[in-house]
Amino acid sequence: MNRDFLGTLKSEWFGNVKGDVLAGLVVALALIPEAIAFSIIAGVDPKIGLYASFSIAVLIAFVGGRPGMISAATAATAVLMVTLVRDHGLQYLLAATVLAGLIQIVAGVLKLGYVMRFVSRSVMTGFVNALAILIFMAQLPELINVPALTYLMVAAGLAIIYLFPYLTKSIPSPLVCIVVLTAISIFFGFDIRTVGDMGELPSTLPVFLIPNIPLNIDTLMIILPYSAAVAAVGLLESLMTAQIVDDLTDTPSDKNRECVGQGIANTATGFIGGMAGCAMIGQSIINVKSGGRGRLSTFCAGIFLLFMILVLGGLVSRIPMAALVAIMIMVSIGTFSWSSIKNLKDHPRSSSIVMIATVIGVVYTHNLAIGVLIGVLLSAIFFAWKIAQIFRITSVLSSDGNHRTYKVEGQVFFASVADFNNAFDFKEALDKVTIDVSQAHIWDISSVAALDMIVLKFRREGAEVEILGLNQASETIVDRLAIHDKPGAMERLMGH
Amino acid sequence: MTKVLALIDGSQYAQSVCDHVAWIGSRTDISVNLLHVIGRRDLSTEPVNLSGNIGLGARTALLEELSELDAQKAKVAHKRGRLLLDGAKDLLSAAGVAQIETKLRNGDLVDTVLDFEKQTDLIVIGKRGEGADFAKGHLGSNLERVVRSTRKAIVIASRAFKPIQKVLIAFDGGSTALKAIDQVARNPILRGLACKLVMAATDTAENRRKIEDASIILKAAGFPVETEVVQGEPEKVISDMVERDKFDLLVMGAYSHSRLRSLFLGSTTTEMIRSCKVPVAIIR
Repeated sequence: MNRDFLGTLKSEWFGNVKGDVLAGLVVALALIPEAIAFSIIAGVDPKIGLYASFSIAVLIAFVGGRPGMISAATAATAVLMVTLVRDHGLQYLLAATVLAGLIQIVAGVLKLGYVMRFVSRSVMTGFVNALAILIFMAQLPELINVPALTYLMVAAGLAIIYLFPYLTKSIPSPLVCIVVLTAISIFFGFDIRTVGDMGELPSTLPVFLIPNIPLNIDTLMIILPYSAAVAAVGLLESLMTAQIVDDLTDTPSDKNRECVGQGIANTATGFIGGMAGCAMIGQSIINVKSGGRGRLSTFCAGIFLLFMILVLGGLVSRIPMAALVAIMIMVSIGTFSWSSIKNLKDHPRSSSIVMIATVIGVVYTHNLAIGVLIGVLLSAIFFAWKIAQIFRITSVLSSDGNHRTYKVEGQVFFASVADFNNAFDFKEALDKVTIDVSQAHIWDISSVAALDMIVLKFRREGAEVEILGLNQASETIVDRLAIHDKPGAMERLMGH
Repeated sequence: MTKVLALIDGSQYAQSVCDHVAWIGSRTDISVNLLHVIGRRDLSTEPVNLSGNIGLGARTALLEELSELDAQKAKVAHKRGRLLLDGAKDLLSAAGVAQIETKLRNGDLVDTVLDFEKQTDLIVIGKRGEGADFAKGHLGSNLERVVRSTRKAIVIASRAFKPIQKVLIAFDGGSTALKAIDQVARNPILRGLACKLVMAATDTAENRRKIEDASIILKAAGFPVETEVVQGEPEKVISDMVERDKFDLLVMGAYSHSRLRSLFLGSTTTEMIRSCKVPVAIIR
């Protein structure tokens, strides 16, 4: 397979050089605001986010499983680390980043990417919308209690971003926005906040460093909850973004390799003084839209980012925050799934509730993992509730009025036990009762217990009870349905 | 009945592939699967939008735009594929081949060929495809991957077909080569053609004996056989001989080097396919 491996490597890297390099340049522009904005949210210097974005993007280009996807320092992970930085400081953030990376590597090796199948479409939509709202909310500090001039600048920025493409699509409009707004503010000497006011910008290449923390169990206990949350959210967003890029480009990706790659990138980033990150939905869409498809696009995005910061550092510090806010508002708008609002009317109520609950969960806790957990739990409950309705009990009385046969059909499990109990009439004085469960699936212990209770109750009322077809019905109770072992087993299960 | 899989694309080799299949059909009873594979769609031809902005519904809009582009390209590719296959089918029917089926598939060429392997005895492929750049002496990238991955006998068509009269059989004295000779002897396709066994090695008594042993197998099957042991690099010796003595077909055994070695050095087989200007048959 050597040649094939090399062939794949070649096409993933150099299959689309021109498109990838240009797209990388465009994406780098959209990375700067996010890296700076979320460093500030996390309470660290912009340097930390910028180093992280460079390092994650460049590393993931090599080790990621989804060519053409953009990963860097993100909103999703930054909001999780706010309290860690506030209470314990930067060094703990770096250590948490390293640990989060290691957790992700383990998750990838254990192939936990498959768990994604339990995240339903509605939860994904909720996640994406919540993320867009988080990104937007993160801009609010720059928009509240600021001079009116700022609003004017942001509005002008948005106008440039959305209107400039009508003029030409060959120059990235965010770049035009940054250049024009910076020039105006320098020319007129506006007194508004600039990037330089937000903290230290990188002036050198990142260097290797070991987080300066005591290596003991206390430290571990402090950082572990943060690392676990960052790892979980990072993987969720990355796998979701990978799916989006898969769909957009109609090409497959290796999800478990992406998990491991994410872990490697984060671990390494912690050691050069960057914060944890993951894939970015908005920037990945920008990349695909700009023609980026291969690993080279992600690599170039990272390299251009560092180049711009190091070479143009002096100018970067003079960019008004308003320009970056405008770009982030654009990213937020582009990330938001607009169709999900339209679909609220048409989609089943349960899926809309799942979506909205996910959004509320995230916005309230600022933790995407909790929102997704709420969404997944709700989906599971709704699903169980729906399946519980596929259930029916009918009965016939024998001609002499002494023997009633109950016929149970459908799914019997914890959610249907109440209906199951109510369907039997214990007041009727009978000599014999037959319960035919051969057309039912008994899924769990709750339903077995319910059946036992019913048999007991009939006995107490003086009836003889006979159960038919229990063996067939309880085939589903084992944890792993051994359908593939026996020919015809699947048909038997379905045919009930 | 020999089941032939013929790989057709838009290059001028398609014609030659058909001619080779027709010739095989004239030697023995064949059924032909004509296969055209539409590869992964080209990445770089999409119109580039560097505006770098994303608005409401960006994902849906982009998905629709990209799928629309792909759909259009795919439709054109299907139409073209059908035309290529129909053209090839007409050629073969005219040449008297009765059992022809055409298959149009999406995906990777090598994977598709492997899918068809079960229902195939012999693969016919052009030395280069439409994707390969036309610098002389280069092989198509797909050709090499197919040759490496398949376990079936394969005929690699040269640019234009010439009726095959004289066959050169490369022999290295190994057991794989001996098996290949046995296959040739038992197969009706080459039976009765003038053939020559050549061994690129030192002219020792032992090598002489080996090549004579091999020639006995062919003689017994009714081939007029010559033998020769020539000193030198196999690639050079054999391609020179093909040119000088005007052979029409080179027959050889499959790859024998380890994959790792051939990754760096290039295998003798690949080199031979590259340097000889005649069709090459690789026997497994």
